[in-house]
Amino acid sequence: METERTQSQEAPSAAPTPDVHWVTIVHNDPVNLMSYVTYVFQAYFGYPRDKAHKLMMDVHHKGRAVVSSGSREEMERDVQAMHGYGLWATLQQDR
Amino acid sequence: MAGHFQAASDGGAAIALDEVEISILRSLAVQLLELIGPGPVQEEGADPLAAMLADGPTSPPSDPALARLFPDAYGDPARPRDREAQAAAAEFRRYTENDLRTRKREDALAVVRTLDDLLSSDPGGGVLVLDAERSRQWLGTLNDLRLTIGTRLEVTDDESDELYRLPDTDPRKPMVLAYLWLGGLQETLIGTMT
Repeated sequence: METERTQSQEAPSAAPTPDVHWVTIVHNDPVNLMSYVTYVFQAYFGYPRDKAHKLMMDVHHKGRAVVSSGSREEMERDVQAMHGYGLWATLQQDR
Repeated sequence: MAGHFQAASDGGAAIALDEVEISILRSLAVQLLELIGPGPVQEEGADPLAAMLADGPTSPPSDPALARLFPDAYGDPARPRDREAQAAAAEFRRYTENDLRTRKREDALAVVRTLDDLLSSDPGGGVLVLDAERSRQWLGTLNDLRLTIGTRLEVTDDESDELYRLPDTDPRKPMVLAYLWLGGLQETLIGTMT
């Protein structure tokens, strides 16, 4: 079942659309466990297990996945949190 | 070393550890603390006065394991980084790396303390019980340890990697065994948290 350890993050779709959109990208690495990456996406973003699992599989198979989008400030917060969990994440402008 | 976490009745996690396992985990956590460092670190060759400023470093750590724990926030890893991404990564690092180091240090310290508490109540080892907050700290430290050891061992995604078929005489063998053991601990701890 889904964890209740969610944080008070706004859902990306609920954020007002800023002039420039930024995205948080998580990159694949050979160490992080698949179960751990899924756990982080559930615990930090509050994503349902299915969505967290799909994003994890994208990271694993495609090498990267966009895990959130919003303002630059919001994405810096997300990237900082991902680094706190030990995931390899960067932010960039959504082109 | 077949220990694994199980869900505790009060919602936390529990694991039986003998004194050898406690000693290995404690030693690894202490090594991680030493790697992360005692607080804001001064960059090599930096002006000593700069160390007095509260700002964090602006360039990635030279140690590959530390660079993995504290990666750049800007720049596409598949491409050479442009000047703009480099400047943004440096700025981000300056304001975040010290906080990140502090949090990782606190998590590893909590692991050491829980192990010491267990040893003081039962010198031969016993059942370690973690509440939700301690479970989170243990999870973070187990992951940081695997990232550190995995970087040192240069592990790849290839499960048939020669690392997992090393002869007993190979000097990397103990680290590989520790790496796999930590993976089992982390996997079963996650199982109690989801």
